[in-house]
Amino acid sequence: MDGCEVTEGAAGAARTRRHRLYAFLVTGFFLVLSVAAAGVNELYVYFVAYLWFGFIYGMCLQYGRFCFSSAFRDLFAVGVPRMLVGVVIATVLFGLTSAAVTVSGASGFHTAPFGVHSVVAGAIFGVGMVISGGCASSSLYKTGEGNLTSALVLVSISVTQAAFVDLGGWLDALVPASWHASALAKGLPEAITPGEGLVDQYLAGYVWNQPKSTFAGLLGLPDDSALGAFGGNLLVGVMLPALLMLAVVYVFWARKGFLKKWKREGKPAGARAELAGMWAMVASSKRTAIAGLVIGIAAGLHMFVMNGLRHKFGIDNAAQILTATGHDFGLTVRGTVYDPGYWYVTTQEAQWFGWLFNKLGWDNTHNIFFGWNEGIPNPLWNLAGWMSISLIGGAAVMALLNGEFKLKWPTGELAVWALLGGALMGIGARLGLGCNVGAFFVRTANGDVSGWMFGLGMTGGAWVGVRFFKWWTDRKMAREVGAEAGLQL
Amino acid sequence: MKFEKTGDGSYALDVKGYVCPHPQLYTRSALTKMKAGDTLRLQFDNASSGESIASMCDKDGDEIVERVANNGTFVWTIRKS
Repeated sequence: MDGCEVTEGAAGAARTRRHRLYAFLVTGFFLVLSVAAAGVNELYVYFVAYLWFGFIYGMCLQYGRFCFSSAFRDLFAVGVPRMLVGVVIATVLFGLTSAAVTVSGASGFHTAPFGVHSVVAGAIFGVGMVISGGCASSSLYKTGEGNLTSALVLVSISVTQAAFVDLGGWLDALVPASWHASALAKGLPEAITPGEGLVDQYLAGYVWNQPKSTFAGLLGLPDDSALGAFGGNLLVGVMLPALLMLAVVYVFWARKGFLKKWKREGKPAGARAELAGMWAMVASSKRTAIAGLVIGIAAGLHMFVMNGLRHKFGIDNAAQILTATGHDFGLTVRGTVYDPGYWYVTTQEAQWFGWLFNKLGWDNTHNIFFGWNEGIPNPLWNLAGWMSISLIGGAAVMALLNGEFKLKWPTGELAVWALLGGALMGIGARLGLGCNVGAFFVRTANGDVSGWMFGLGMTGGAWVGVRFFKWWTDRKMAREVGAEAGLQL
Repeated sequence: MKFEKTGDGSYALDVKGYVCPHPQLYTRSALTKMKAGDTLRLQFDNASSGESIASMCDKDGDEIVERVANNGTFVWTIRKS
């Protein structure tokens, strides 16, 4: 936080030293783990790469208070556009690095089907992220700050996903006959039982039938050509919508306040004032803007590094490493495992509890999500899980160094919101094939049409969530303290 | 959450323990009930809310006259414009 900050020094000096020690210990743990893993088997460098990118994401998210949820929520709730600006900066930078990576032939990105389902899933996710107090990625970094409400959100997202993807039985009666027939016609192996299960039939019978395209594709340009990557996907698919978004936010949320201040300083209105206003909005939070810059660049580099390591080790998928090292439990029927090659959040969380449920006796390997697409590896060998754990670690280190780490237990009220919001995010993530990172940030930056559709839904969902919370907090404030304090509420 | 009048033109809002978006929503709600020149002593411990509250004050012209940070707890004094 900028400005006249005063930190209590004398009493806090010992605590500050202790927190620095903890920060070094956390960093040291990941360093030792990395060296040990690489020492045991060179192939584990693949895991280590995920780990350190997660660590960087965590540090950046905590430093910039980088929360996709607040991008929309704070705009609607308190008229603050700083986080939306941060997300736009990160997306444009990620778009730029992604375009370069794509043209170099080192991109592992694949498009997702788009349609009404993308918007509906985004809306469910959007309501959930406002209710819970943070999106999938910010719940990770806030857990690193010691916020146990956020940890509860993570548990709720994970449990809900792991259970939701295996729902069936009497719920199958809700599935349209056309989805059922279409799912059966996909030729999936018997072991997956594609004609059973709510989510299986939704995926194979409906989602897989929807179109997939990048903006370059819509313009008839190959994605890996310079014109397709930089012109179609970056310029048309990322920069133009991003600029439009910034212009709308400036006109409706930032302009009035800025011009009032500008006029008070005796400066004339005009184009210069408007440009200064736009710049003031972009630079309103340096921390957020810097975090956006670093995240955008790191996310692109991440794709490049993972693809480079695949070439180095001669693999297409991390399952080959798990098989070679004797940790092949939980691979899909195709012999693969979840290995996105870039930043992702919710799938590995679903796998943690999917694995646990499986060990407790739940036969959950016959659904498309675990059995065909992602697998349920042991959490110790879940490479995307390493990324999420190190993200929490990176955020903890940054919070400890900045004196912002504090263990906070959830109150009853916050626990309810965490569980409810987390569940909605879990359902939204599985219906939308990802969360605010996987379905929105990564896809929009790579020019995938489905990314903006999920984002549109997420915006609408956030608006609904904010309307609810505004009503809730006003009501609570008036009821609980108004009369006693003698305040005219 | 605790909101109280602590003196003539001075108020206190304690939203420690709350996560986003509660601190910023309660702060906005409290500030809208106050008159120009009144001060609000705000206590919170959700770091990311601070960034939003600072931006909100800047946008609305309210002045943050003092910020104290101690072990993850923040105490800010805000003067309403």
